[in-house]
Amino acid sequence: MSGPSTADWSGVRLHVVTGKGGTGKSTVAAALALALASHGKQVLLCEAEGRQGIARMFDVDPLPYAERRIATGLRHEDRSPGVVHALHIDAESALLEYLAMYYKLGRAGKALDRFGVIEFATTIAPGVRDVLLTGKVFEAVQRNSRNKSATRYDAVVLDAPPTGRITQFLNVNDELAGLAKVGPVKSQADTVMTLFRSPRTAVHLVTVLEEMPVQETADGIEGLVAAGLPVGAVVVNRVRPRDIAAADLEAALAGGLDTARLTADLKEVGLSSGDGLVDGLVAEAHDHAVRRALEDDQRQVVAGMGRPTYELPRLPGGVDLGGLYELAAALKHQGLP
Amino acid sequence: MTKSRPRVGPLAGKPGPAPEMDVDALIDDRGIGIIVCCGSGGVGKTTTSAALALRAAERGRRVVVLTIDPAKRLAQSMGIEQLDNTPRPVAGLRTNGKGNRKGGGLDAMMLDMKRTFDEVVESQATPEKARQILENPFYIALSSSFSGTQEYMAMEKLGQLHREYVVGGVYDLIVVDTPPSRSALDFLDAPERLSSFLDGRFIRLLLTPAKGPARMMTAGLGMITGALNKILGTQVLRDMQTFVAAFDTLFGGFRQRAQKTFELLQADGTAFLVVAAPEPDALREAAYFVERLAEDDMPLAGLIVNRASPVPSGELSADEAMAAATRLRQRDPESLTAGLLRLHADQSRIVLREEQLRARFAAAHPQVPTAVVPALPGDVHDLAGLRRVGELLAEPS
Repeated sequence: MSGPSTADWSGVRLHVVTGKGGTGKSTVAAALALALASHGKQVLLCEAEGRQGIARMFDVDPLPYAERRIATGLRHEDRSPGVVHALHIDAESALLEYLAMYYKLGRAGKALDRFGVIEFATTIAPGVRDVLLTGKVFEAVQRNSRNKSATRYDAVVLDAPPTGRITQFLNVNDELAGLAKVGPVKSQADTVMTLFRSPRTAVHLVTVLEEMPVQETADGIEGLVAAGLPVGAVVVNRVRPRDIAAADLEAALAGGLDTARLTADLKEVGLSSGDGLVDGLVAEAHDHAVRRALEDDQRQVVAGMGRPTYELPRLPGGVDLGGLYELAAALKHQGLP
Repeated sequence: MTKSRPRVGPLAGKPGPAPEMDVDALIDDRGIGIIVCCGSGGVGKTTTSAALALRAAERGRRVVVLTIDPAKRLAQSMGIEQLDNTPRPVAGLRTNGKGNRKGGGLDAMMLDMKRTFDEVVESQATPEKARQILENPFYIALSSSFSGTQEYMAMEKLGQLHREYVVGGVYDLIVVDTPPSRSALDFLDAPERLSSFLDGRFIRLLLTPAKGPARMMTAGLGMITGALNKILGTQVLRDMQTFVAAFDTLFGGFRQRAQKTFELLQADGTAFLVVAAPEPDALREAAYFVERLAEDDMPLAGLIVNRASPVPSGELSADEAMAAATRLRQRDPESLTAGLLRLHADQSRIVLREEQLRARFAAAHPQVPTAVVPALPGDVHDLAGLRRVGELLAEPS
């Protein structure tokens, strides 16, 4: 694993985490929230369009549309940890809240619902859904006098839609441009974009060291840059252990591992080398060496992207709550945040 | 007096393994004209669709595969580089009869969502009206970014392909990939959502000002249009009203088409394959989908678990391997044997976890035939790679 990175994330208030489907972006978002919540910090972890992934990862009841305290942050250098809060954002509730907050539309809000307007606005009207979801995230980052009693957060982590959709999702005013050229929704989108384009936001991309996700990461970065959105780190997830020496990997590939040595070692620790154990280990070594070589190629490609890069180990037992803290510690150790 | 009775039913014992799916029997079945591959994002749906289509073609079927958003190299491997909504022949098939069957063929295409929508409008409306709709800002936004348009258009294209080619005898099998949606269910929900939108009160509300007598609707109406104007701006509402008014006569046609495609999916000639990876989220999504298909009377052919980790050989358990590795490392921290034992332990743990996840799925859905496909080290770049995936799909695991 690489040493601490020199990138400075202290100015970032909103961490957006995206990644190709299946790369573990929600896991990384959760680990990042835990890592941010060290040293007494208050952190909000948001999920938009999710299927209650946060609740499952933290083993709590399904989250309502309300901020809930869900975990204690990562303990770091013996200082008291902070708190991770979580919020499940759904577009319908966000719209009703928005109407109530800005237009005092108590009764009309209900009428809108009866006429199917809420459903229309949140599922069919192009772009409106994303404006609502990102608008709520914006509100959490920029807490102001309209929401007096709410917690002020030191950082907000958004478990965002996958890489293929991230630029469209964040670039809300572009999405609306063809539709609403003026009007409150348009100015709301503009305000949100000002935050998203500022250095106070960082969009992190999660990948695994395989060709397709790495390619998608490169395409994602390109799209974000073109839209003027700030690209943060590349987080490489599920990295295979790298404790076998390069020379041994080469030998494994070439079929030249010292089997006599293996047999002797196994015998020493009381394992019978019968039953094809040695052959099995050699075959597994070969498979591992093939995959490691492919990973190394992709690691080169990721390095070529020129972004601060962080690696997280593959957890053979799967990711449970303990695993999340382990990953959080790995991020913190490497300097994120 | 109590008499002990042997326990029967689900509690009687451990659930057996899921029945194995016979992929070749499925693609050889001439009664099957449509195979739909669905599942959550990142599980290898597109690759699976392409591999199945190739295998079917090389076994003598005349196949068209509809992909949604293929990775560049996968598209290149099939020779489809433009997104032009037209099926293109895939070159390099082995259909010479040497170890394969003659008569097969494969065309591939990529879905162009907006083009498909435009075509439907053009086919349903007079040229004058079609132009009016196609130029409407609301329509442009709707057809290029409505969350659900892609799903709906994938279904629409499937219906079209079936009407134009299968009924016409050009193809005898359509393999469909589904969009990488938020949820796999979106694919099934899209037509319903569209028609509830078209039938909805909201549409009638938008139409009201244009139609005199209905004006007397409710007192709430003014409040609502007022609110909408306040939020969206008057221009948006005007665009929407123009769109809805122009589109009004097309609604019936749209609804009918969606309904027909839905029925096509329910028919005996269709088979759904649910694709998943051996991960909790992907399998949970697969479970939702399996249940939903059953609710909607959609024919499920089976579950494909992609990217299964290779099973380590031998009897050595993870714990034994770790204990041995620790002892070897005490003497020599760099010990290669220890490193290999640790790999073996990791691999055993991963495989065990994946097996448990699959067993849980099988316990809850014991009727679902399953095919397990081992993870390949690299990506698929060419037809040979797709062929290899096809072989792995068909091999009994």
